Amino acid sequence: MFHKIADRFGIGIAIVALFIFLSVSSPHFLDIANLLNILLQVSISTIIAVGMTFVILTSGIDLSVGPLTAFSSVIIGLTLHLDIGIGIPILSGILVGALLGFMNGILIAKLKIPAFIATLGMMSVARGAALFITNGQTIHMFPSEFRFISAGNLMSIPIPVIYAFVVVMIAIFILNYTKFGRHIYAIGGNKEAARLSGINVKSVETWAYIICGITCGIGAVILTGRLNAAQPIAGIGYELDAIAAVIIGGTSLNGGEGSIGGTLMGAILIGMLRNGLNLLNVSPFLQQIVIGAVIVSAVFFDQYRRSKKDSSAAKGLNRPSQAVGATKPYQ
Amino acid sequence: MDHEVILRMQDINKAFPGVQALDHINFELRKGEVHCLLGENGAGKSTLIKIMSGAHQKDSGTVLLYGKEVDIKNAHISRDLGISTIYQEMSLIPGMSVAENIFLGEEIVKSPFYIVDKEKMEKQAEEIFREMNIDINPKRLVKEMSTAQQQMVEIARSLVKKRQIIIMDEPTSSISDKDTHELFRIIHKLKSQGVAIIYISHRLQELSEIVDRITVMRDGQDIGTVNMKDVTIDQLITMMVGRTLEKMDKPVRDHIGEVLLEVKNISWGNVVQNASFILRKGEILGFAGLVGAGRSELMRLLFGAEKMDAGRILLQGAQVEIHSPIQAIGHGIGYLSEDRKRDGLVLSMGIDQNITMANLPRVCNGFFLSRKKEQLEAKNSVQALNVATNSIHKLVKFLSGGNQQKVIIGKWLLTDCQILIFDEPTRGIDVGARAEIYKLMNGLAQLGKSIIMVSSDLPEIIRVSNRVIVMNQGRISGEFENDGTITQEGIMPLMLGGVGNVS
Ligand SMILES: Nc1ncnc2c1ncn2[C@@H]1O[C@H](COP(=O)(O)OP(=O)(O)OP(=O)(O)O)[C@@H](O)[C@H]1O
Ligand SMILES: [Mg+2]
Repeated sequence: MFHKIADRFGIGIAIVALFIFLSVSSPHFLDIANLLNILLQVSISTIIAVGMTFVILTSGIDLSVGPLTAFSSVIIGLTLHLDIGIGIPILSGILVGALLGFMNGILIAKLKIPAFIATLGMMSVARGAALFITNGQTIHMFPSEFRFISAGNLMSIPIPVIYAFVVVMIAIFILNYTKFGRHIYAIGGNKEAARLSGINVKSVETWAYIICGITCGIGAVILTGRLNAAQPIAGIGYELDAIAAVIIGGTSLNGGEGSIGGTLMGAILIGMLRNGLNLLNVSPFLQQIVIGAVIVSAVFFDQYRRSKKDSSAAKGLNRPSQAVGATKPYQ
Repeated sequence: MDHEVILRMQDINKAFPGVQALDHINFELRKGEVHCLLGENGAGKSTLIKIMSGAHQKDSGTVLLYGKEVDIKNAHISRDLGISTIYQEMSLIPGMSVAENIFLGEEIVKSPFYIVDKEKMEKQAEEIFREMNIDINPKRLVKEMSTAQQQMVEIARSLVKKRQIIIMDEPTSSISDKDTHELFRIIHKLKSQGVAIIYISHRLQELSEIVDRITVMRDGQDIGTVNMKDVTIDQLITMMVGRTLEKMDKPVRDHIGEVLLEVKNISWGNVVQNASFILRKGEILGFAGLVGAGRSELMRLLFGAEKMDAGRILLQGAQVEIHSPIQAIGHGIGYLSEDRKRDGLVLSMGIDQNITMANLPRVCNGFFLSRKKEQLEAKNSVQALNVATNSIHKLVKFLSGGNQQKVIIGKWLLTDCQILIFDEPTRGIDVGARAEIYKLMNGLAQLGKSIIMVSSDLPEIIRVSNRVIVMNQGRISGEFENDGTITQEGIMPLMLGGVGNVS
């Protein structure tokens, strides 16, 4: 029984256990302010991890999310100073993310460059571009409406948290209830079978990277507002957080299997861990070690669980059995 | 032949969630015999041999090898006990060479540093192929080879070391008659050396050539073991399916209409050369030929999965451009590919999702998927094709081989294609289901759909097709109206390269 629960909610259990541990060991953990703070902290990484989930589900990878976010942020900063309102800057930030994602997609889907290499290149290109157009300088001082819309509070709920929530909901919807979502899973599961079923593999793959770019753009809007600054060196380590959230959340690096719900929990787990380590005054250097170790062990347990399941049980069978007519022919 | 029992399995049980795959099975294997496991798709044959090979663990029961109880915990132990297995689903590593695959896990090494001795492995592999009378270069990568060649590599792999028991799960399902012949020759030779062979096949006709005893399984139970010489094929079928099968109708022809598809001078390298043919409405057109004759490639070109060098395609007299599967499907052409695992199924998805994959719009409300419609369609297909499963959500990787094939058929039936290309549609499918598929194809033809069937099974081609085209080495070498007079003997020479009455 316990096994079954652990099977389906392994990561949920980890979250609850960490939650209990932290509420006992730190007096401030349970403060509403702190809890909201955790949600605020993870909102950017959750949004980007959602985009990353699309990419990883197609059995790709996007290493360029950090620099993409920085570049979008810089574009937002520059356009905000043009005094053309805040709508166009926000939009152009997101569009720039989409555009760079589109370039990743073309390189990978059309020109058949391995995703690892293509996005590794983009990582350097986008970072360089962000530094180049700002001359390495940080851009400051943005209008207060912008700061409110991107990082303010609505009835004491941080607005970024609302954005993250909306992005998660839309992504869940797309992946589960649209043709496009189904195509994403099919391509990750078996690209050739998908192609021969009449699925436009190149286009779907490209769109996965575009979506990832868009989430970077949204992340950039929030980041720029929160810092009230657009830094060309922002977003360092974002790829680690995003990929870790996706993988801890149970999405297979081989593609075809996984969910946004898992990614969300993965992001929350990492966020709670970071927050807890801060509250417990663990040195930031040590924190890095702990986080790295947690990521690897989470994936280890997931693999272990999967291998057990593959040898002894069929996943789909936990669902209520469908009454299928003639299940056993000719008896 | 002496009757020394090598392997005895007693009261074996094995359950998967929701299925009792093996239910108190008893099985005995004698020295020097070829013992066939017979049963419908999902009867539990592969599961039984996987317990012998260490791929699955039994829930209960005993396995005795030479009278001593053994516990086959993994594939390694099985191999050390002298059992070698050819699995139904290919288990070769695509990116490695033939020789590397054959010696996988048993690499020949050079001292002092245990360096893998590639040359020696390649030489030994070459010897094995020579003995098998088959022309395969051990240096080639497995992924560049056809399914049939890969199957021969699998077989070669089991011959590397001397074993007492060799298990073959549907070894002939995808190889040519010539290779089958060679395989049988090898089996006879092994037999005379005292090797015991467990043999699984749905090709009942071939059994009498090699098999000594047969154990029939149905729904995870063993129905009995009989001597091959004591039974007829009809009796075996009755044991397998628990009832007698109705005889097949002959192909009907009165509904055949005007020309629907014209293929003109398609060429692709030297694999397909200048192939032209027509297809009529409501017709079943069979493509006969040896494995490697270019039939599948011609179909893939027609379906846009490959880009042709030259040639034209006309639909109802008008030329159409087909450069991708999307366009082909748009023109109402569906293609059921030959290798289900490689390009037919998404193994990590459920039956329902695989079935709807080629026609999602049908289960969509506008932009959105309707789970309800999807389940309904999937349930209908599963019922119509008699897929043995306890849930339509079951991941296809957990289905038996034959049932996977049925799922692919279901997928294409759900599309509204006017032309359906079936490439080896009954590979790995049991007799009962085979009859159902023929009936289904006939039914589709009567509804006015046109069907192209590629098959290496000549009796099947003759039974089902209205017209037969023969291919040899990339060229169309003959064509026959199936008016009841064509015979295997008539077609065979054209498959082998003779010239025929191209009409
Ligand atoms: N890993 C698994 N998980 C769940 N169910 C399984 C698994 N492997 C096999 N089964 C089920 O066990 C039953 C027996 O399957 P098996 O593969 O032994 O059939 P088979 O006799 O070899 O059929 P075929 O002729 O189609 O190859 C089937 O109902 C199948 O769906
Ligand atoms: Mg089988």
